[in-house]
Amino acid sequence: MNGVHDMGGMEGLGAIGYERDEPIFHAPWEARALAITLAMGAWGKWNLDASRHQRELIPGPLYLSISYYERWIEALGRLMVKAGLVTEGELAGGHPAPGAPKATPALTAERVAPMLRRGGPTIRDVPATRRFAVGDAVRARNINPAGHTRLPRYARGCAGTIARVHGVHVFPDSNAHFQGEQPQYLYSVRFAGRELWGDRAGPRDAVYIDLWDSHLEPG
Amino acid sequence: MDQHDPDDHDHQEIPSDPALRVKALESLLVEKGLVDPLALDAIIDTYEHRVGPRNGAQIVARAWTDADYRRRLLADATAAIAELGFAGRQGEHMVAVENSATVHNLVVCTLCSCYPWAVLGLPPAWYKSDAYRSRAVIDPRGTLREFGLAIGDDVEVRVWDSTAEIRYLVVPERPPGTDGMDRDQLAALVTRDAMIGVAKVAAPADRGAR
Repeated sequence: MNGVHDMGGMEGLGAIGYERDEPIFHAPWEARALAITLAMGAWGKWNLDASRHQRELIPGPLYLSISYYERWIEALGRLMVKAGLVTEGELAGGHPAPGAPKATPALTAERVAPMLRRGGPTIRDVPATRRFAVGDAVRARNINPAGHTRLPRYARGCAGTIARVHGVHVFPDSNAHFQGEQPQYLYSVRFAGRELWGDRAGPRDAVYIDLWDSHLEPG
Repeated sequence: MDQHDPDDHDHQEIPSDPALRVKALESLLVEKGLVDPLALDAIIDTYEHRVGPRNGAQIVARAWTDADYRRRLLADATAAIAELGFAGRQGEHMVAVENSATVHNLVVCTLCSCYPWAVLGLPPAWYKSDAYRSRAVIDPRGTLREFGLAIGDDVEVRVWDSTAEIRYLVVPERPPGTDGMDRDQLAALVTRDAMIGVAKVAAPADRGAR
């Protein structure tokens, strides 16, 4: 979707706000927001791509007006309601509905370290067609899907060169919508700065974008 | 509290105080048995005390001092990083990109805030800012100047937009004047910012300047 989250190349979005000796969390609630989001992910009711997409679905004006962890909490609420883990009323009222069953947490303290250590690898050992090799000329397709995509707007229609082949990976554009992992080749594509931005870019500079087979056509 | 018309069912409304909102959310989820507060504490402890940029600094110092390791790191960063014991969430698939006299690398995530947690910990707020996410790709040199880093016209700037689950670690240039230093001393010089690409590693003499 062409949402405000897809902001590569925009200007006027405020200051970078570098902070020397920045704390890891700026308030205790940020730490709880991060931890709650990770712990709820352990229920396995959604995947990382779906949670990213849920954040993209936050209406643009709101997305731009709230902080990073507020975006997380906003999206988490929607994910939990959609998954049936909490109801709209519970979320609004802050208490379990009368007679609601009590679950046993999916994630216990002992399981945290192994879960974080394992992570969520996206490489898949399945056969897939490898259409491109390092050095091949390619072009990012001009697609504008209404749903989730990891092909940023600023690269669509632009010509590039395959710089690396990362192997066969889960395709977020389908996985975010629970339409299967559809594993396919993932490439690092080098786009010349001038191809993306015209004379604005330095003549030697380049942007490397990780794109899947479905995002590319021969250049 | 919430007096708006029930038909005006705006799910996106945010209470003014996120601290209260998150507290209420945690208490609801604990009451429902959906989260264990001790698990939340363990997650926070991991990223406050166990996983952070000192991990990445050890990788860089090793690459500076061990030519074979450097080769392995550039060829298969995930495996080379695992040799030092680092792996896991938001670091499952790693690529190391090396700065030199002719190439400067810079990492961003324009679509969200992807960042190599396993080797650098959680991203700083500026990395997640809309300004950095939007401008790093169109104006990397101007962005770097804001960080106090001027890149010469003879140097190629490569921006890595982290659109997949591949996480990028910048291997900065080893500064001059560090020949006699051991690996731990070198690691102490390596900053998070240098491993994102918004800074260079300063020579010890510069760092010592008061």
